[in-house]
Amino acid sequence: MIKRLLAGAVGAGVLGGLGFLYYAWYPPIAPIERPAASSFSAEQIERGRIVAAEGYCAECHTRTDNGGGPELAGDYKMETPFGAIYSSNITPDVEMGIGAWSEEALRRSLHYGVSRKGMHLIPAFPYDHFTKMTDQDISDLYAYLMTRPAVHMSRRPNELPFPLSLRIGQAAWKLLFFTPGVYKPDPSHDALWNRGAYLAEGNAHCGACHTPRNLMGAEKKGSMYDGAVVDAWIAPPLNDKNPTPTTWTEDELYQYLRFGVAPLHGPAGGPMSPVPHRFLSQVPEYDVHAIAHYYADVDHAAERQGHDKAALARAMEQSKKDLIGPNTLDPDARLYQGACGACHYNAAPMPVLGRPDLALNNALWLDEPTNLYQVMLHGLTAEEGQSGVAMPSFYNALSDADMARIAAYLRRTRTTLPPWTDLEKKAAEIRKTVKTPPVNSSH
Amino acid sequence: MIKFKLNGRDVSVDVPEDTPLLWALRDELDQTGTKFGCGVGQCGACTVHVGGRATRSCITPISSVEGAEITTIEGLHPEGEHPVQQAWRDIQVPQCGYCQSGQIMQAVSLLKDYPDPTDEEIDGVMGGSLCRCMTYVRIRKAIKKAAAAMREEKSNG
Repeated sequence: MIKRLLAGAVGAGVLGGLGFLYYAWYPPIAPIERPAASSFSAEQIERGRIVAAEGYCAECHTRTDNGGGPELAGDYKMETPFGAIYSSNITPDVEMGIGAWSEEALRRSLHYGVSRKGMHLIPAFPYDHFTKMTDQDISDLYAYLMTRPAVHMSRRPNELPFPLSLRIGQAAWKLLFFTPGVYKPDPSHDALWNRGAYLAEGNAHCGACHTPRNLMGAEKKGSMYDGAVVDAWIAPPLNDKNPTPTTWTEDELYQYLRFGVAPLHGPAGGPMSPVPHRFLSQVPEYDVHAIAHYYADVDHAAERQGHDKAALARAMEQSKKDLIGPNTLDPDARLYQGACGACHYNAAPMPVLGRPDLALNNALWLDEPTNLYQVMLHGLTAEEGQSGVAMPSFYNALSDADMARIAAYLRRTRTTLPPWTDLEKKAAEIRKTVKTPPVNSSH
Repeated sequence: MIKFKLNGRDVSVDVPEDTPLLWALRDELDQTGTKFGCGVGQCGACTVHVGGRATRSCITPISSVEGAEITTIEGLHPEGEHPVQQAWRDIQVPQCGYCQSGQIMQAVSLLKDYPDPTDEEIDGVMGGSLCRCMTYVRIRKAIKKAAAAMREEKSNG
């Protein structure tokens, strides 16, 4: 009996193993002559430009360290919990890029996470989202990529430890966490919603940052859009767990995604900043409206926005106290007023655009002071958030203790949430993630 | 090479990315009206406008203002006749004068948000602009005078 069970188990194991190998194996797709640019129509290339912008390809396929690199030529360093990895060159260079890739090879890579040669791609390349893209979009994207300047540049080797460096492991990951399939429209919603869902869930891969990941680096299905930590910033929740006192309505989302600042929330900073400024400002308005429309549904804006008026009034009231309240002896208030108050003042019924009210900002309402600290340390460039306006870097101006006091003060006076803990320690931790001080202070 | 607009003209400076805007203005672009005070954004002497908003230039890295429009005290008005500058002269606000260009730039920014500011609003917004000579009383008076002149100007079309 035991023998038979054992034999059965071994048999099942062998079969399973063979099955897995069959599942894991993808044939190489034959290289092609690099297609001539003239083989694509201008209209198709333009449509492809929009697809590339809506998927932010250039963001992760362009080197930013070591003085930067040519657009789409790869070698972008991505820190993962498993080790640093470097993105591939997706210019049409035959040797280093995708010049020898057929359209079918590009489609397979996006839909199944497999390279032209049949190698499993690391899911830092979010094919779990790109699998939802239509063949038409991929065909247009192909036209766009194949007509970019070819850059003969290789990337640095990945720093993944063994056995994660074995690509067969990626197939096991897929078996556990990956469901291929093009987006299927939901007939219970209108065209705008479906367009938004198609973009958000697919090409724009919002969940790649805004959904927490499990220990294996896969997005947790049950926690979709709950928010997550990315590059030492918090990508806030996009669902009704978003803690801001005013609702992310369709209009707020549109302003934010299109122009980089939402009047009743704040500016897009850090890793989010390029999304509006570099990409979504360059695509059809309709698509941005569609994404905004979709997330206004995801975060249940309609049910929540009844409280907005009261929340806004409360925020303005709090702000007013620092601006025109009686002189205070509270040392934290004075520190805040001296360092921040000359810019972050609001007393009018509405916050001034481009200097959104701190009481309305995500940064004060999240579970950790991470984003508040990041912005204090880095400031905001004129290209981030509200275009043309800059916030200085307080990296050298405020100590960890100062930052902690300001954070505690703002949390205490601007929110209705419990205080943050270990503030000074966390300030030091976030400071450590800033590799070079943004501003010289050697005077 | 960082490019931006300074007082209406295109400029570019070849300095390290982490150079404070203030150093570039004074040492590279010869706009010395803006002063170095504390160097940590706590006194307001280095205040300039970035995109029309008062900004402490001593802690703003030059890389942050790529493509932005910057106005310094020199560019507020070609002949130094901005209503705030006129009011400053009429009231004889400065004593030693060191902090005054920062004060004026902050005041101009304030008047955009509050065209008819109360004492409290002036104190609130100007609170980050320190003056060792204690000219605060005259600063407040000059801001009110400038505000009145600017409203007058507006109503006269």
